[in-house]
Amino acid sequence: MSAAAHWSEAVLAASLLAIDPAGLGGVNVRSLAGPVRDRWLRDFTGLLPEGTPVRRVPLHIADSRLLGGLDLAQTLQAGRPVAERGVLAEVNGGIAIMAMGERLTPSTAARLTAVLDNGEVILERDGLAMRLPSRFGVVVLDEGVTEDEKPPTALLERLAFSVILTDVSIRDTDALAPTPDEIADARALLGSVVVPDKLVEAICGAGVALGVASLRPTLMAVRVARASAALAGRVEAEEDDASVAVRLVLVPRATRIPEAPSEEPQPEEQPPEEPPPEQPPEDQPPPEGDDDEVKPPPEVDKPLEDVVLAAALAAMPAGLLAQLRAAQFMRNRAAAGGRSGASKQSGGRGRPVGTRRGMPQNGNRLNVVETLRNAAPWQPIRRREAEASGRYTEGGRRVEVRQDDFRITRYKQKSQTTSIFVVDASGSAALHRLAEAKGAVELLLADCYVRRDRVALIAFRGTGAEVLLPPTRSLVRAKRALSSLPGGGGTPFAAGIDAAVELADAVRRRGETPLLVFLTDGKANVGRDGKGGRQQAGEDALAAARMLRAASFTALMVDTSPQPQPQAQKIAREMDALYLPLPYADAKGISKTVLAATPSARG
Amino acid sequence: MGLAYPYAAIVGQDEMKHALLIAAVDPSIGGVLVFGDRGTGKSTAVRSLASLLPPMPVIAGCRYNCDPNAPAMPSLCELCASEGGKEKAAKKKVKAPVPVVDLPLGATEDRVVGALDLERALAQGVKAFEPGLLARAHRGFLYIDEVNLLEDHLVDVLLDVAASGENVVEREGLSVRHPARFVLVGSGNPEEGELRPQLLDRFGLSVEVKTPTDIAARIEVIRRRDEFDRDPVAFTEKWSKENAKLRKQIVAGREKLKEVEVPQAALERAAQLCIKLGTDGLRGELTLMRTARALAALEGDNVVTDDHLKRIAPAALRHRLRRNPLDDSGSTTRVERAIAELFGA
Repeated sequence: MSAAAHWSEAVLAASLLAIDPAGLGGVNVRSLAGPVRDRWLRDFTGLLPEGTPVRRVPLHIADSRLLGGLDLAQTLQAGRPVAERGVLAEVNGGIAIMAMGERLTPSTAARLTAVLDNGEVILERDGLAMRLPSRFGVVVLDEGVTEDEKPPTALLERLAFSVILTDVSIRDTDALAPTPDEIADARALLGSVVVPDKLVEAICGAGVALGVASLRPTLMAVRVARASAALAGRVEAEEDDASVAVRLVLVPRATRIPEAPSEEPQPEEQPPEEPPPEQPPEDQPPPEGDDDEVKPPPEVDKPLEDVVLAAALAAMPAGLLAQLRAAQFMRNRAAAGGRSGASKQSGGRGRPVGTRRGMPQNGNRLNVVETLRNAAPWQPIRRREAEASGRYTEGGRRVEVRQDDFRITRYKQKSQTTSIFVVDASGSAALHRLAEAKGAVELLLADCYVRRDRVALIAFRGTGAEVLLPPTRSLVRAKRALSSLPGGGGTPFAAGIDAAVELADAVRRRGETPLLVFLTDGKANVGRDGKGGRQQAGEDALAAARMLRAASFTALMVDTSPQPQPQAQKIAREMDALYLPLPYADAKGISKTVLAATPSARG
Repeated sequence: MGLAYPYAAIVGQDEMKHALLIAAVDPSIGGVLVFGDRGTGKSTAVRSLASLLPPMPVIAGCRYNCDPNAPAMPSLCELCASEGGKEKAAKKKVKAPVPVVDLPLGATEDRVVGALDLERALAQGVKAFEPGLLARAHRGFLYIDEVNLLEDHLVDVLLDVAASGENVVEREGLSVRHPARFVLVGSGNPEEGELRPQLLDRFGLSVEVKTPTDIAARIEVIRRRDEFDRDPVAFTEKWSKENAKLRKQIVAGREKLKEVEVPQAALERAAQLCIKLGTDGLRGELTLMRTARALAALEGDNVVTDDHLKRIAPAALRHRLRRNPLDDSGSTTRVERAIAELFGA
């Protein structure tokens, strides 16, 4: 699709959204900041009726501003609790613009989607209990670049449109848009537009054919068809409207290619220029499952995999990660001098876990509500005191707060650990029991589950490394990513270490503690430049290992080759990693190794 | 919030609807967890439950919705349990709707457990307790959407109160205890993260919801939802008869509950099933037995049979298996396999 076509789709989405912002949920605008996005936003807000509230919501908005809470200034002024409406209540009837949507946390997204679903803000905060009706549309500014950088799925699912302006240049932005008057007319007409049953059926059919599992997008598509008809001034939606709806809402979410027509968009691609067939053939049964997309089984036969998994199960000592963590603790204490360790304490990070008496200094945050609560019972006495001493003036301070009343919020830095599994999926490793390595990872994953750690998965094979699974707490996803891990190709160990260090660094910057677990036979034969050659590859791997050591990440290397490899040992030493050869069946040996390597376990 | 979508008009999702009805018949089963795909009407179902529930008798003027038939503390609040309270209770009873209370994400602890009433404290200097959501949910339902995103310190509070049925507040110089027995309903999407095993254990039933794949069902969902959105009043009216039928079923089920007999054979079966599945503790058996009884009552049967056990066992047990956390498809299959082995297919 040409850039100009992208733009005209974006303009169409803006027009339809302007007709029914709350009903259609909103739009995800994927684009870096720039004149094109600004232009689109300006055009879009220009279509809204005069006086429509449009609020920009910054990424790290606090709950008290997002949902509402106690208005401190007013409360102190008035001497009674005064509520402050949050952004989500203020934006009622308008548009909320979520900046940097790709960085939105699931928690913030969940607060937003709850309001979208209920049509009201349910406020239970700071001693206030309120229900504030609020219906609005959401514009998510998604500045994601890579595939996995995107707003939370739970939010995307509730937005009808997804607009991609990445390739559009400012020169392409002169498509004709409807005038605000036309939009106003369409708004007036919307309530009386009927979508005939056969179109509803067609849209549902298209949803199934495109593999859009959730029903929300399908419902959105019906509403888009209604808005499209209203825009055209029709009281009954026609096929054209349905095809606009399918093109704008369902096609971008397609997970499979419909069977019948051949010229169909690839999944995850932009909408095609040609609308997909409006009517999926009625007589054709919905495609069964994803049979055509099932990848060939990765490597060995299933039964064999089971056998080695069982073997790996027997060989892995329980509580491996716990011991590693102990090792990490020791190391952090030892290195407590210069660098700021990952588990540093601070007054203002982590989750609030209650309050305590104290002064709002040194970065401690005052908890206003609790402070007021403590001051409250003393007010009459203090006022009398103040009056007696002549300090009291009419209209002066209404609430007497003293130092004893100050309460500060205690934060608990969640010592969240993210275990990054770096799995060698090369041909040599596949020979040496890739399945077994998977079994080992599964065991370690189970260990993570018990601790509620997050896990990430990196695989390296062929010429490079790939993050198969960004840090997640969902073990279902981890398991899925692991089981679909293909094997074969060279061993770009250096690339694997580099990718691991990069990810570990990102994890640490987020204030979490990374833990690296390598599963490899250590036989590097592909260098950083992607070319073969054992000599160079080995040196690159050692250099990468030194980088890892310099960053002082805790690492564990599980040697998956039948006999312990000196090369793997050497790299592990260079990383300052715990080295564990994974023998065929000697659980005791490994246990001993771990015990010997873990200072805290000895004592 | 406007009108809630009528419960009876929810297409499919029978396991979820059934579980909620069972909880309505016997609130002591300990809550319902609804986990599954997005866009399957999880929260719609819970929110529409409120309109379905028959009103309950409460002691007039009690801010905790105390039950006039409750014997004493801790099932009654301090005021109603006192001498004067008892007399008042004997005099005045009123009907009140069963509360279905939302615990929204972002709620602060003071609103959940209750805290010093700031308004009265600031204005009048009175130390008064302002009840929180736990008090409001007493004898009703407490609903947490996206339960797996709930902050840990709130989960701790819930765990304690859900187990004891009583909320004990010791803060800001207040010392208050009040009954808080509620049906905990949680919903969420497993992709957002898992629940702590302790919290899982508090739920009596755990149901899995999936997006309907049948195209006719999908069309019906969309059509009804669209109809509701366009004219909620007319749609609710249209379904009021069906809703009333369900309400009658709940009322009848509650009456029946006391009479339903659980024969020794059924108890043994339940125990065998739990042993076979290796569930932790006795809670599995207890819940299985209770839910089977509630199911029988709901369906107007006098005796708990194998059939009841068989149908309710997956929901009652699947979240209690000492599980391999990686085995995502496993628990339901394991329960079903055990059932097939035990009862014969």
